Amino acid sequence: MANLTTTFIGIKSPNPFWLASAPPTDKEYNVRRAFEAGWGGVVWKTLGSEGPPVVNVNGPRYGAIWGADRRLLGLNNIELITDRPLEVNLREIKSVKRDYKDRALVISLMVPCDEESWKDILHRIEDTEADGVELNFGCPHGMAERGMGSAVGQVPEYIEMVTRWVKQHSRMPCIVKLTPNISDIRKPAEAAKRGGADAVSLINTINSITSVNLDDFSPEPMIDGKGTHGGYCGPAVKPIALNMVAEIARSEATRGLPISGIGGITTWRDAAEFMALGAGNVQVCTAAMTYGFKVVQEMISGLSDYMDDKGMRSTDQLIGRAVPNVTDWQFLNLNYVAKAHINQDDCIKCGRCYAACEDTSHQAIAMSADRTFTVKDDECVACNLCVNVCPVQDCITMVALPKGETDARTGRKVGDYANWTTHPNNPSVSVAE
Amino acid sequence: MSDSPQNTPLSAGIVAHRLSAEAYHANFADVQPPLDGHEARVAADRCYFCHDAPCMTACPTSIDIPLFIRQIATGTPDAAAKTIFSQNILGGMCARVCPTEQLCEEVCVREVAEGKPVEIGRLQRFATDTLMAKGVHPFTRAAATGKKIAVVGAGPAGLACAHRLAMKGHAVTIYEARSKPGGLNEYGIATYKTPENFAMREVEWLLKIGGITLKTGVTLGKDVALDSLQADFDAVFLGIGLGGVNALHAAGEDLEGVRNAVDFIAELRQIADKSALAIGRDVVVIGGGMTAVDAAVQSKLLGANTVTMVYRRGKDRMSASAYEQDHATGAGVRIIYGAAPVRVLGQGHVEAVEFAYTHEGPKGLEMGESFTLKADQVFKAIGQTLAAAPIARDGAKLVTHSGRVWAGGDCAAGGEDLTVTAVAEGRDAAEAIHASLMA
Repeated sequence: MANLTTTFIGIKSPNPFWLASAPPTDKEYNVRRAFEAGWGGVVWKTLGSEGPPVVNVNGPRYGAIWGADRRLLGLNNIELITDRPLEVNLREIKSVKRDYKDRALVISLMVPCDEESWKDILHRIEDTEADGVELNFGCPHGMAERGMGSAVGQVPEYIEMVTRWVKQHSRMPCIVKLTPNISDIRKPAEAAKRGGADAVSLINTINSITSVNLDDFSPEPMIDGKGTHGGYCGPAVKPIALNMVAEIARSEATRGLPISGIGGITTWRDAAEFMALGAGNVQVCTAAMTYGFKVVQEMISGLSDYMDDKGMRSTDQLIGRAVPNVTDWQFLNLNYVAKAHINQDDCIKCGRCYAACEDTSHQAIAMSADRTFTVKDDECVACNLCVNVCPVQDCITMVALPKGETDARTGRKVGDYANWTTHPNNPSVSVAE
Repeated sequence: MSDSPQNTPLSAGIVAHRLSAEAYHANFADVQPPLDGHEARVAADRCYFCHDAPCMTACPTSIDIPLFIRQIATGTPDAAAKTIFSQNILGGMCARVCPTEQLCEEVCVREVAEGKPVEIGRLQRFATDTLMAKGVHPFTRAAATGKKIAVVGAGPAGLACAHRLAMKGHAVTIYEARSKPGGLNEYGIATYKTPENFAMREVEWLLKIGGITLKTGVTLGKDVALDSLQADFDAVFLGIGLGGVNALHAAGEDLEGVRNAVDFIAELRQIADKSALAIGRDVVVIGGGMTAVDAAVQSKLLGANTVTMVYRRGKDRMSASAYEQDHATGAGVRIIYGAAPVRVLGQGHVEAVEFAYTHEGPKGLEMGESFTLKADQVFKAIGQTLAAAPIARDGAKLVTHSGRVWAGGDCAAGGEDLTVTAVAEGRDAAEAIHASLMA
């Protein structure tokens, strides 16, 4: 069995599955249950400054979107950081860490944007023996209105400044949690690195309105007739998160900066994908909130089986494996030619491929009177839409033409690798001549 | 105990009260409970929204099935119902009685692919029930045309025809021989398929379109003549169904205890207290269609000890679908294939039926070895026939007579004897009548 032990910025955990800073990690009771269920680590829900804690709304905190059978696809929340007294959290953290020395326990922090506040909180947590800190520069709701959370995360200079204070006033490993509510994720990551961060974690939640109540005309979740934007998470946000992780992993300025991957991780496969794109470990929240802590057991067995199948003995052999294959559009091989192929034995004759291609694509699928659907190679541009709308997995596949074969659509033979940078239609190529 | 029945399934003869009151209640409740809102959304989500969908082609009334299912999936069952009713105004009844396993669901791509079709019939019921429960009628009449049309027969064909004509602005009078409208929907379909007086409620809802006068207890050829209808109306539609029942042509057919299955089914539909209906201890049903299945299953539900259905040809030739056959055997009915009645035995009252096994010979069915089944009640369900021949029939579904008479449904020899086919023919006749009158 593959060894799932990971060492992330010096913090050891028996597996790469951590619970993200969020409602599931708000108190000792939950965290102990999570560790009993098998979670490798926990990022304790964000602590604020000493003094009266924040308050939460007393109406619904969560909004959601669902699939047909009420499968939760996306969740949004307007919960703030911990609303429990600081000293209670600190006492509980210390107690849990004492009993679970083999697990990772990181403390998430969010205090006002001044050096004294950060110095003070860092001093107060020192005694807990926690493994590290995570700076919450991500939450897009509530706290951002008070100049914290994503209000800091959206300004690279602030990220760099606060990170520097943290590294200056604490010996603990420091993870900077990034907000996706920006235009270029590389900028805040670069700022964190400049400030001395040991790692970044991403993504925090995406600003969102999940739905609108069409009877009361208010966003959901509705509090006394009004709603506000909240942070979106769950399976729906995974593709956005994967891209942001990959951008940081492959960018020259941030390459090698450890990444803790977050965003819609629900199964072992999701976790493996984040890790292949460069995440040293992953953090999970919505999956646990939907199904309970036990989901980690499927993640552990699934990742372990996958690694065994691939002959990988440790997570190092998976982490970053797909990063070299993430490239820019301009470097894609324009001489790669594929054609859709419909396996008639698997086809159930629903005609979705035909409707999609005929109405919205390239009119490259023919339909006969007896509902046989075939691809017209002389029209097919291999766009993959038919594959994506086909309800039968692997019924339609993309078949690459071998080198030297003639593309029936263009009449040209398949040649060697060539990309846009050398293509005759590229104006910058002409300029260079 | 006061609630024990007077009789048991083993009591001899044709007697009532064989079961407990709870058993009758359970036996004649909804055979398939309706989907609730969440179940409907899950079931609707299975539809692939096929291009040029096979289910739609298979539906005799050409309901846009993918569209109405998508309307359910998006939380608009009323819109779904309108999609259904615009093609089939009796979509509520058809959702309950259509042999969907031989029509839309048989050709559903998911049936072909995985043996589990989208539950089109149940989804149709969900949509139509939802709208009908609101008690509103979804269509309004066009401006009055001043044309008058007589519709003979208030069965599915006549009702569909009358509704479409009324919608077009014509004034319609329906003449129905029986005391209640509905035709086979009211008198000919198994009780457990249409509980809670659905057929009657559906007619009342349908008539809300307005412009339709219903006259019951009026028989064509007896109380009213076709000639006078032609004289008094701009057009006539005949949807008179099949009044006669085929005979066995076997000795002893007139013994006491031998009865037409359609009469039994009709009596059962009309009787309020099912426990009061007498049923034999050993029942034999002769025939292989839906009527035979309905009679056999309901005999069992009334408490008969043994019920045997005997069909003269093989399983594959039986007109009752495999689903219906399974339903019958699941209810405890024994089905014997490939045997024909030779004679009914008994002294005054039926005691047994002698059958002969059959096989296909060069000149049709040939009789072989015989056997006898004990029976104190026999139901004949070997097909119905037009009671009279008031109109010249040329085999076409729509028969014109003097250019102003149309016909549809079972009497027009469509040969399919399905509610949904009758609805389609009534509707199409209405369109033809409208086109003819407004030309």
